[in-house]
Amino acid sequence: MQFTDFVFYFLSAILLLASLRVITARNPVHAALSLVLAFFTAAGLWLLLEAEFLAITLVLVYIGAVMVLFLFVVMMLDINLEELRRGFWSYLPAGLLVGGLMVVEMIMVLGSRDFGLAEPLAHAADYSNTKELGRVLYTEYVYPFELAAVLLLVAMIAAITLTHRKRADTRPINPADQVKVKRADRIRMVNLKPQKPEAPKEDDA
Amino acid sequence: MNNPQLATLPDFTPALPEIFILIMACAILLLGVMFKDRDWAYPLTLFTLVAAAAITVLTSVPQVQITFSGQFVDDPMADVLKLMAYFATLTVAVYSRPYLIERGLFKVEFFVLVLFALLGMMVMISANHFLTLYIGLELLSLSLYALVALQRDSAQSTEAAMKYFVLGALASGFLLYGMSLLYGVTGTLELPAMALALQAGVADQPVLIFGLVFLIAGLGFKLGVAPFHMWVPDIYHGAPSAVTLFIGSAPKLAAFAFTIRLLVNGLHPEVANWQGMLAVMAVLSLAIGNLAAIMQTNIKRMLAYSTISHMGFLLLGIMSGTFAGYAAGMFYVIAYVLMSLGSFGLVVYLSRGGAEPGLEAENIDDFRGLNSRNPWLAAMMAILMFSMAGLPPFVGFYAKLAILQSLVGAGYVWLAVVAVMFSLIGAFYYLRVVKVLYFDAPKPNAPVYAAIPDVQALLSVNVLAVMLLGILPQPLFTLCTYAMQMTLQ
Repeated sequence: MQFTDFVFYFLSAILLLASLRVITARNPVHAALSLVLAFFTAAGLWLLLEAEFLAITLVLVYIGAVMVLFLFVVMMLDINLEELRRGFWSYLPAGLLVGGLMVVEMIMVLGSRDFGLAEPLAHAADYSNTKELGRVLYTEYVYPFELAAVLLLVAMIAAITLTHRKRADTRPINPADQVKVKRADRIRMVNLKPQKPEAPKEDDA
Repeated sequence: MNNPQLATLPDFTPALPEIFILIMACAILLLGVMFKDRDWAYPLTLFTLVAAAAITVLTSVPQVQITFSGQFVDDPMADVLKLMAYFATLTVAVYSRPYLIERGLFKVEFFVLVLFALLGMMVMISANHFLTLYIGLELLSLSLYALVALQRDSAQSTEAAMKYFVLGALASGFLLYGMSLLYGVTGTLELPAMALALQAGVADQPVLIFGLVFLIAGLGFKLGVAPFHMWVPDIYHGAPSAVTLFIGSAPKLAAFAFTIRLLVNGLHPEVANWQGMLAVMAVLSLAIGNLAAIMQTNIKRMLAYSTISHMGFLLLGIMSGTFAGYAAGMFYVIAYVLMSLGSFGLVVYLSRGGAEPGLEAENIDDFRGLNSRNPWLAAMMAILMFSMAGLPPFVGFYAKLAILQSLVGAGYVWLAVVAVMFSLIGAFYYLRVVKVLYFDAPKPNAPVYAAIPDVQALLSVNVLAVMLLGILPQPLFTLCTYAMQMTLQ
């Protein structure tokens, strides 16, 4: 067994265990952390495939940004796990049956064959993955690239449309106005003539 | 710059309509943000659609143009379907205006999302690559999810949007998995290149078929055919009627183009493998769609089940695997979109309370005795129902006939017999609506509808088209045959 094979099996084993923990962990924070581990080992596998740029992007974007936000949300929301798990045992047999069947089918069909394709050649050491990706992205794939940007724009519009509410009862504060405020804006000097308080009326009763 | 290809720009002319729609959608959004108190979105959307139609006609050439390094294809089929999609979107905008105003949904976002959905459809119609097919589909789906949830104070709409989103994501997963397996087998994502690779033969036939199964399951979800139809009635019922009108019309054109691009442009060498799967889905859809529609009391649900059966019919055309079948399928989908626009358009038009805003005309009961209240609307509804049932001389009849002819021509007589049988069963629930319109007494507190001139005029044009195309189907049929011929030459 070559060293790369060893690394592959090592990372794959961690990836599988971590993925299993994502769906079995009782605590959602633990599940999210397991997902971080799964992403990290997946990034390692990509490194083995000479996809360095993608591996680093996975770490930076998914672990660094997406999962951190995700953890924030999980910690802030008060999720009632018992309610989520209520149907677990009743659905388990059917789920196991379907899942098991799928696994058996996939092993039978896909197996350990390599799709009949030739083994990919390793690139030279000075081959720049990032440069190649950039070249293809902005020439050959510029059309889907732009469309992906439109997709993100639509996601943004949809999110704002569905969640933004203009409430009438909020009192927004403008810091600039607060800084610029003068004494005259707040205090009004009133010239009051001194006057005697009225004498209490005499009660006849 | 050692690569000379880098120095040359791709040819933008074939993609001008897409570029125009994108620019206008962004412009409408910006104008809506900057000038909040003006209603520019509606007229600008109409202008955009008309101008895009003009651009499509002007840039259309009678040949297949491929640009953006094989990602984008512009051919006569794409042009015809795009023109139809503009018309459908324009009609949706006009029909839904009173409905949206009454419910406080007449906002910039509605029109912007509709335009983005249209862009997604156009990308799908013109896709020549798995990547563009998928991104177009997601662009359409994402806009539709948001549109369904637009009425966010309604629990029903929100639930429908949630269901649509989850099932749509699952279907996308199926599609992507199938695509990735096919990529593994053929080593390419470009549709014509994939057809060539398949023709040359692949080493791993089982994996190919395995991928094909996932691909077709995903396709079934998106088309809404049985056994992947569960979402259709719930979404059609739960969404605001104006959005149902949109979902039920224009995206069907894109779904047809998606199927043709995927199965015919890309996977035609595997026709023997996908034919059987399509036949099963088609027969199941015809059975479930027509039988379940009989039991519905809500007209939106009934029309949803009718959609399932119509999509089954459409699949029969594609399933025949012949040129005549594809042309008949194209005719069918255009005819169906016209009928669907009309019938959902009437549901939206009648969902007006007047004194009681927010009243929906959702149940078949709400249409009782429409003839005595408004004979013109009742007549239009009756014509649409007759056409959907496939009675001559309306367009639905000719569309069904063309599909049946192609089936018999390809030697699937038994499938044609099954299709006719289920159409007969289906005729029952369409005719029941006609009976309710004409022979039942109206509800005592039924609202009286004041005419809205522009909507009523367009509805009349729509129904007239259903009638005229039924009497004179030849021009449109010739157009569909010609477009298919150019595309599949």
